[in-house]
Amino acid sequence: MKNFLWIRIAAFGACLIPFGQLLYNGYQGDLGANPIETITRFTGSWTLIILLVTLGVSPLRRISGWNELIKLRRMLGLFAFFYALLHFSTYIVLDHFFDFDRIAKDILKRPYVTVGFTGFVLMIPLAITSTAKMIRRLGKRWQQLHRLVYLVGIAGVIHFYWLVKSDIRRPAQYGAVLAVLLGYRLVKFLLPSSLPRFLSRGAKLNTTVE
Amino acid sequence: MLIKKPNDIKSSEITPRGLYMSRRQFIRAASATAISAGAMLNGLDATFNVGEAGAGEKLGNLKKSTYSTSEKLNSLKDITSYNNFYELGVDKGDPAQNAKYLTTRPWTVAVEGEVKKPKTYDIDAIMKLAPLEERIYRLRCVEAWSMVIPWIGFPLSALINQVEPTGNAKFIQFVTLYDPKRMPGQQKSLFGNALDWPYVEGLRMDEAMHPLAILSVGLYGEVLPSQNGAPVRLAVPWKYGFKSIKSIVKVRFVEKQPATAWSLQTPNEYGFYSNVNPEVDHPRWSQATERRIGDFLRRKTLMFNGYGEQVASLYKGMDLKKLY
Repeated sequence: MKNFLWIRIAAFGACLIPFGQLLYNGYQGDLGANPIETITRFTGSWTLIILLVTLGVSPLRRISGWNELIKLRRMLGLFAFFYALLHFSTYIVLDHFFDFDRIAKDILKRPYVTVGFTGFVLMIPLAITSTAKMIRRLGKRWQQLHRLVYLVGIAGVIHFYWLVKSDIRRPAQYGAVLAVLLGYRLVKFLLPSSLPRFLSRGAKLNTTVE
Repeated sequence: MLIKKPNDIKSSEITPRGLYMSRRQFIRAASATAISAGAMLNGLDATFNVGEAGAGEKLGNLKKSTYSTSEKLNSLKDITSYNNFYELGVDKGDPAQNAKYLTTRPWTVAVEGEVKKPKTYDIDAIMKLAPLEERIYRLRCVEAWSMVIPWIGFPLSALINQVEPTGNAKFIQFVTLYDPKRMPGQQKSLFGNALDWPYVEGLRMDEAMHPLAILSVGLYGEVLPSQNGAPVRLAVPWKYGFKSIKSIVKVRFVEKQPATAWSLQTPNEYGFYSNVNPEVDHPRWSQATERRIGDFLRRKTLMFNGYGEQVASLYKGMDLKKLY
């Protein structure tokens, strides 16, 4: 138990490294010729990466039988939201400098912005209901609500895929990881009895969080 | 063809680092407010490193040109570290990193097709084909950013006139080097290619003959760095940047409109003409504004990238919304 506290602290620190790197490079004036683009891409990439890691927690827990892993999930999810918030703020403040007329048009007219914005908005209720109190209060509905994270993941990958000019290699890689993570859940859903037991090596599963 | 000359450039205006530095300060101030975990971050700066440009050989005796803009130049560092040159990698910093692979000697440019005097030029002959001029042009990328770059080169028309096109020559196709060893971005990868290689581009004959269209062999008073398309590239300032093909090995005069790399890749997004046009959006993003590298706020994009007085007559009667 005590060891796991250290794992949580380490994971917390690890999630802050990209942010620290961004601040450090910003402070050094080392964000390249187009710093706004650099910040946008950097925060966007880390949103996706941490989101995928978050989505990996439950499958990993079931496969490994290491139930304590679930204690990392909320923190990871909130970090994904943190980077999404940075990404979104960069777009509003640095890229368009509060030009809300243009921003509104962009969101409505540009599919990659629409889908990215949708993903961000869907994360908000998840972040708000991430407290222990909300989990208790919402009970079963909490889990239903938090299945929205699957849509967030899909929106995030599509957002990336639609914005690249021709080189789809990187969004395709994110998409492949997402497909595995969601595919696992789909298989589990379709084969409710046999597969999870096989994959979980008989570990006892606790369906509530933490 | 009526060609209006823009203002003379004052050499005293050339202060490349002005805006660039003020932006640095803005970002520094923004991040300094939050930086408290500084100590643990030492040594984490590797991600953003950009390769240094290979110091080019100096090019002397440059003529000034009345086609040059007097706008503030972008710094040599910006121009040589922020590049779209997929043959050297798809990220903006990749071409500078991979520039070392692109050796430019020996190099020949084959000029062929509908011409009376086809010829394969050695690159050193190209460099001496016409008096070198400095041309300070705006460059507007299709990705909605722009720069001001002091190219060195000569009018493309000088080459065209030497080889004497036949009456059948209606278009010119340009071809970039194909050599995966020297251009690592052309190496086959598991997830496919960014574009079909070699890169090809084209101009209509009257566009190619326009005095604004140049073959560039240098910038900032020096031989062109590899990441900017060495040893010879086009600079066609009223069109999106991808029209200005880099590292040219072939110039072919043809009768029919030639294929171009980006319109082969995504025909509904990139047309043959690709003139800078704030009213015709890219299907996925707006072209109404752009960010000048070094500026914080976006600026309005100008029709033909601000060269309308010189080039609009080329497109009289054409529906530029259809022929984008």
